[in-house]
Amino acid sequence: MSLPRNTDYGTPARASEKEVTLSIDGIEVTVPAGTSVMRAAQECDTSIPKLCATDSLEPFGSCRLCLVEIEGRRGYPASCTTLVEPGMQVRTQTPKLADIRRGVMELYISDHPLDCLTCSANGNCELQDMTGVVGLREVRYGMKGKNHFDLLSALTKEKDESNPYFSYDPSKCIVCNRCVRACEETQGTFALTISGRGFDSRVSPGESQLFMESECVSCGACVQACPTATLMEKGVIEHGQAEKKVTTTCAYCGVGCSFDAEVKGTTVVRMVPSKDGGANHGHSCVKGRFAFGYATHPDRITTPMIRKSIEDAWQPVSWDEAINYAASEFKRIQAKHGRDSIGGITSSRCTNEETYLVQKLVRAAFGNNNVDTCARVCHSPTGYGLKQTLGESAGTQTFDSVMKADVIMVMGANPTDGHPVFGSQMKRRLREGARLIVVDPRAIDLVRSPHIQATHHLKLKPGSNVAMITSLAHVIVTEGLVQEDFVRERCEWASFEQWRDFVAKPENSPEAMEIHTGVPAAEVRAAARLFATGGNAAIYYGLGVTEHSQGSTTVIGIANLAMATGNIGREGVGVNPLRGQNNVQGSCDMGSFPHELPGYRHVSDAATRALFKDAWGVEPQPEPGLRIPNMFEAAMDGTFLGLYCEGEDIVQSDPNTQHVEAALRAMECVVVQDLFLNETAKFAHVFLPGSSFLEKDGTFTNAERRISRVRKAMPPLAGKADWEVTCMLSNALGYPMDYKDPSDIMDEIARLTPTFHGVSYERLDELGSIQWPCNEDAPEGTPIMHIEQFVRGKGRFMLTEYIPTDERTSSRFPLILTTGRILSQYNVGAQTRRTPNSMWHDEDRLEIHPADAESRGINDGDWVGITSRAGETVLRAVVSERMQPGVVYTTFHFPESGANVITTDNSDWATNCPEYKVTAVQVTRVTQPSEWQQRYRDFSRQQLDLLPKTRREKV
Amino acid sequence: MSSHHPASAADGLRLQSVVDAHASLPGALLPMLHAIQDEFGHVPDQAVPVIARSLNLSRAEVHGVITFYHHFRSHAPGRHVVQVCRAEACQAVGAVALEAHAKKCLGIDFHETTADGAVTLEAVYCLGNCAVGPSLRIDDDIVGRVTPARFDEIIAELRAEVTA
Repeated sequence: MSLPRNTDYGTPARASEKEVTLSIDGIEVTVPAGTSVMRAAQECDTSIPKLCATDSLEPFGSCRLCLVEIEGRRGYPASCTTLVEPGMQVRTQTPKLADIRRGVMELYISDHPLDCLTCSANGNCELQDMTGVVGLREVRYGMKGKNHFDLLSALTKEKDESNPYFSYDPSKCIVCNRCVRACEETQGTFALTISGRGFDSRVSPGESQLFMESECVSCGACVQACPTATLMEKGVIEHGQAEKKVTTTCAYCGVGCSFDAEVKGTTVVRMVPSKDGGANHGHSCVKGRFAFGYATHPDRITTPMIRKSIEDAWQPVSWDEAINYAASEFKRIQAKHGRDSIGGITSSRCTNEETYLVQKLVRAAFGNNNVDTCARVCHSPTGYGLKQTLGESAGTQTFDSVMKADVIMVMGANPTDGHPVFGSQMKRRLREGARLIVVDPRAIDLVRSPHIQATHHLKLKPGSNVAMITSLAHVIVTEGLVQEDFVRERCEWASFEQWRDFVAKPENSPEAMEIHTGVPAAEVRAAARLFATGGNAAIYYGLGVTEHSQGSTTVIGIANLAMATGNIGREGVGVNPLRGQNNVQGSCDMGSFPHELPGYRHVSDAATRALFKDAWGVEPQPEPGLRIPNMFEAAMDGTFLGLYCEGEDIVQSDPNTQHVEAALRAMECVVVQDLFLNETAKFAHVFLPGSSFLEKDGTFTNAERRISRVRKAMPPLAGKADWEVTCMLSNALGYPMDYKDPSDIMDEIARLTPTFHGVSYERLDELGSIQWPCNEDAPEGTPIMHIEQFVRGKGRFMLTEYIPTDERTSSRFPLILTTGRILSQYNVGAQTRRTPNSMWHDEDRLEIHPADAESRGINDGDWVGITSRAGETVLRAVVSERMQPGVVYTTFHFPESGANVITTDNSDWATNCPEYKVTAVQVTRVTQPSEWQQRYRDFSRQQLDLLPKTRREKV
Repeated sequence: MSSHHPASAADGLRLQSVVDAHASLPGALLPMLHAIQDEFGHVPDQAVPVIARSLNLSRAEVHGVITFYHHFRSHAPGRHVVQVCRAEACQAVGAVALEAHAKKCLGIDFHETTADGAVTLEAVYCLGNCAVGPSLRIDDDIVGRVTPARFDEIIAELRAEVTA
């Protein structure tokens, strides 16, 4: 039996204050004005046959199957393109309509290969269903003559298998255009068209190219929209239709898409984005939709292992032995070097429940506050900056709010690559007419791509964000564009006055700042005016804002700008950090920073500590513990010797790799809990196998504070979910943790955290997802924050003085290197590198402007050495006009690239967030890998040799 | 139009100027495609990305439009384009036979070019010359009352003209 399908209403829902009542087959139905007759019929459980209509796409009216009769109207209008009118009397089933529909269907079927029994869509084919529904009994035209399938041999040759995840079979195509429309409306890439006409009609990626050679980004929207087997997941072709589905949440970026994992036994056949997913509304990207194969990759390590020294071979051991060894080592180190000599690092890839347990383990079992998370290296400035100004360390909006924005400012973010599903939603709004300001050193896709054109691209020099944000504020203040009513009512007036006087200073004008930003003052002025006067203005920003020596200052500057222009506290506006990883928001919420208990409450607050003492039986320490970089420093000083690191690869992702490696080498017990023998695990003494998001229960919290369930789709390969492992370790250390299920952990979190009081698995099942704060005041959550007043009461303006980074160019290091990510790969690539996603991007490359390349004699594809004050690495060059002269760019998805060998120890003044985005470098043509890369290769080979033999062979 | 070839570089400039001249028209794509075909005799594949960039469309969209209309060709036509009217009035006075004759005599189907490169055969649906059908259009000239014999004469003339 194949899975029951969701109801398809045929056309999208419409919102309208006006309601229309009509009669369909004698049944009265009331729907919002603007609704199609087709949708209205489905609302009263009357299904009208359809092929080209589906409720994720605008009506198209091409299949002619959905014709109806309407009293008083001539002919047979298509119900998908006919809007409801008051008093309309619609008949959906009459002998005449049945005749017409059979006739239409007969034509379709006369042009379709009748291989249903062996077709991959068998059991899940809309064409099959509709043929049944209309009662087609014969095809009078025969199957001869020109058609789409008779040239089967020719068309078999045309079958396109180039995409690793889906196939295109033109002989099954009914030319309904759903794929083309999905690529345009849903994804916004416009990679598909129908080429030719009549029997020559084909789905054409690009200019009749292969899918992989076209602009297709493999988001899967076309495959999902296809009513037949023309576009079909290879997973389904291989395994057949799934037998059950489990609704869960994607483990990649901070969009937090909801997916139905379709499962057969313990095999995930495919991941289908859920239509009722609050963040994604049925859309997906190449990572979440297709790149889940890493979960069953042979590189997975599924047995616990221990070793005395990192020179020793790994010993596979039982869970108990591994846990007891780790616990005894931690106890030994603490006994010898004191309570503070060990700590833990958790990850934005862990569930809320897991992160909560790790910080509880550190605070209650280790007895210190030495816990940190990878948000340290990405969005810690967001936490700080937004808490200081608005009162809460989180984005202010729900994603859907973008659909009400009139001006969108994207700063230091690349949504179409980093947050693709939200990027698509933003592009949809831009196509509807919202205007766009891009603040980025590179010409990202949003600056100009089909049907998208930024009104202003402020192509600033890396490191000059504060100069830019302050000069934008200067224009708004000095040209009288401040929303004074809003500021007076909602913000601290004194702080505003101070800020106003500061930004109005001539040295903060765009003209004065031009020397730092490199952006013509007139362009900055025009952008500021548009932002302040163009209607609802929303700011979206990413790591290009935070990962700077003044990251927190820029976040503060963004909040200032939103407050001064009154763009906060309603739909269409706000301050929106695009979180890098699936659970950055959640891991921060869960108290994984060394200075904060869950719910962003400082450890120095006695009342909060007392609350936790009550619940935990142990009082947390009142002094903040070590941040990640402090842990490394302490390790080098010999005072920090034990680390429990769950789900985070610090060696690859933290800056100045050689420094991180030296710190780990200095530790006596490094415990790594992960899916793979990652770069950090190569320095570990205990390896605890982790479980992927498909193997456990829990919750993730996305960039819009949306808490969504993660549900187990297959059993953990190593037998234990990560939360169980942390409990075991805690128990072995003598601090009992006894949870039966992750829901117990969430109940404890909810009990202890005011913004989570109303959250439970039961409520999540009921509502689908919940945006915190969720408590007595907001029982269904809070999509938009700061509506009547700011969380901190009155909004607070803060001064944003521009202080150039110490990392400056010189004659030795004349270029600025900045880093970012690409669509197909994710973060350190541990997951995506182990999937066919590498077919799009199989190595990190250095993007360089033609002028810089030419003066160095560098051609596209040449090997180039990149040297900074911290180190050296070698990559291949891509000569690209997207760059500005003087700036080079790379991604950091592959460990051997050593992108972080060159990044430095500089960091944000407030939070220590590393300055990944600015490194002064020199680039030269070279012929061999850097010394570090050669050492890396040798060391990696050595470490793989230390794995048990059976495992090595598997790898 | 590869940039390595001097004549092609000139073509590139010519293409860009045609594209630029039409870029600001409302609904610019079709007038632009017509202008390109008028200029080059066809719409070369290399023009697609240039048009797409100019109008901020995707290459697929431009390709879809070009391939939808039989009028637009992606390869250079023969030295002469002969269009046979297939509309009802002409069909009523012998166009079907004329079409068959034309294909047989030239040895090609519609949208094809004779091996000697002299003639490209196309179908057309009404030239507004219904009173005197069957009608042909030869390049920009319209000819009425075309019998198979007259067709042969016309083709012979066209061939003679180019070999002369």
